[in-house]
Amino acid sequence: MPTPTITTTTTTTTMTTTAQRRGDRVFSGLATGAGVLILVVLAGVAIFLVTESLPVIGAESSELPGDRTFLASLGPLVFGTLLAATIALALATPLSLAIALFISHYADRRIARTLGYLVDLLAAIPSVVYGLWGVSVLAPFLQPSFVWLEEHLGFIPLFAGPASSTGRTVLTAGIVLAVMVLPIMTAINREVFLQVPTLHEEAALALGATRWEMIRMSVFPYGRSGIVSGAMLGLGRALGETLAVLLVLSQTGAVTFNLISRDNPSTIAANIAADFPESTGVEINALIATGLVLFVITFAVNFLARAVLARRAGFDGAAG
Amino acid sequence: MAKQITLENVNAYYGGFRAIADISTTIQPKSITAFIGPSGCGKSTALRTINRMHEVIPGARVEGSIRLDDDDVYASGVDPVDVRRNVGMVFQRPNPFPTMSIYENVVAGLRLNGVKRRPALDEKVERSLRGANLWNEVKDRLDKPGAGLSGGQQQRLCIARAIAVEPQVLLMDEPCSALDPISTLAIEDLMMELKDQYTIVIVTHNMQQAARVSDRTGFFSIEKTGEPGRLVEIDDTPKIFSNPREKRTEDYITGRFG
Ligand SMILES: Nc1ncnc2c1ncn2[C@@H]1O[C@H](COP(=O)(O)OP(=O)(O)OP(=O)(O)O)[C@@H](O)[C@H]1O
Ligand SMILES: [Mg+2]
Repeated sequence: MPTPTITTTTTTTTMTTTAQRRGDRVFSGLATGAGVLILVVLAGVAIFLVTESLPVIGAESSELPGDRTFLASLGPLVFGTLLAATIALALATPLSLAIALFISHYADRRIARTLGYLVDLLAAIPSVVYGLWGVSVLAPFLQPSFVWLEEHLGFIPLFAGPASSTGRTVLTAGIVLAVMVLPIMTAINREVFLQVPTLHEEAALALGATRWEMIRMSVFPYGRSGIVSGAMLGLGRALGETLAVLLVLSQTGAVTFNLISRDNPSTIAANIAADFPESTGVEINALIATGLVLFVITFAVNFLARAVLARRAGFDGAAG
Repeated sequence: MAKQITLENVNAYYGGFRAIADISTTIQPKSITAFIGPSGCGKSTALRTINRMHEVIPGARVEGSIRLDDDDVYASGVDPVDVRRNVGMVFQRPNPFPTMSIYENVVAGLRLNGVKRRPALDEKVERSLRGANLWNEVKDRLDKPGAGLSGGQQQRLCIARAIAVEPQVLLMDEPCSALDPISTLAIEDLMMELKDQYTIVIVTHNMQQAARVSDRTGFFSIEKTGEPGRLVEIDDTPKIFSNPREKRTEDYITGRFG
């Protein structure tokens, strides 16, 4: 009886080792394959964008949308894209920091969990719903406050007016975008805040820091790279968001910092969606070229953020 | 400047668990008191009740009274933040602020107290770093990250940070346990110097260290797991190490513990 048992055990052991080796090989093969696939897709998209954009070079302005040269129509689009995304980020960043801090450091555990869950739920809402909500609820709701802003703060160029009668302004679009990017930014901020080592927090508290001072001395520095990453993800989404902006914003292609009037800039993504159905020939190439520009902008923003972080890497809390 | 610490029937809880029970003792100003005892007997907990750091942990609370001279640290209306500004603490693992330079680390507490004038800060930085025996090693790189120093230097930086605000009491929780013997000796020398100005309480597992630096030694112990830790005996250090009153203390000191 003992002998067969021993034999079986030995066989099993050998088989397990082989199986594990094979498992390792399969896994590393899959991982490499996935990596290569991402590169191929990325290269494919880039090549598509570039080749389809090339015909725009040397095209007559009469063949292009609005009978303007490509660069002349690109400028306002880039401006509008950046403006809407900047508004979104300017609103969403402080709000997401505050919510994340409340969840990680202020609220008691039950409230924190519920609130975190609710914010995550915001991410599950499709962008068309945000668009519909923006145009049918938020825009009319905000319109009276635009009138108020024009009356009382009209001396600031941002609120010069005349106030839009529909409320479908770039400010409204920016607010909708802010709500849309809030969940991802809050989730990332919350995670990094929760990961701050007790050691760093107690270092500040033991020196006699109040909770807010502790957050400034220990939590923010430690979470800095995470906060920037979250903001970049949010910015990427805001730059590329199409449907919600298309529905909310009444686009006229204006270049203006006036946030509450009826003359609003268009964004690249929303402009493509709006014009694509009626475009033919080189007009389509022109739209794709604006898509390429959007791709480059998003890429550059990410790159910039990384460079900023890397420059202070020696002081980076997460690294230390 | 240095203050006397009086503990009276101090009990500390983590949620429903009582970690230390009925600690009563008086700690003289300008002296070094060592807390020794087996792991888990509540030395750190007892130490952290003195600067109200215990209650930072969710669900943790303290009963009893602790006085610095005549001021009750736990009296209603006392802000724990003010207590911590007067009671410095050094932790087991060096914890300089990783994103701050050496200079900024030292002045962190001063900035909290609202000191802004550069000359005043410069002077404090030099004085505190000299006090922590670190000045000569770092004076040329004050603007470099504190996290770039060696472990022993980081710990001395933390001591400099703690003494920069000239606290009345300095609490040290196993400050040398992560350090090599040379850094340990440097910090022990430093403690001997600092005791001219501060009341120092140190937790240590190193019996020789307690014997070398402390004036008085308190031995903590637990009956069995789940029971709260108690202060078995506290007395002059030579007495504890040569002729303790309690059998349990003697067993622990001579290594016949457990
Ligand atoms: N954050 C906490 N939450 C719950 N229980 C804790 C916590 N910290 C400590 N305890 C418990 O309180 C008791 C005393 O712990 P304490 O850290 O004070 O012991 P110690 O004497 O400092 O031990 P060591 O020598 O290992 O540092 C232990 O039973 C421990 O498990
Ligand atoms: Mg301890």
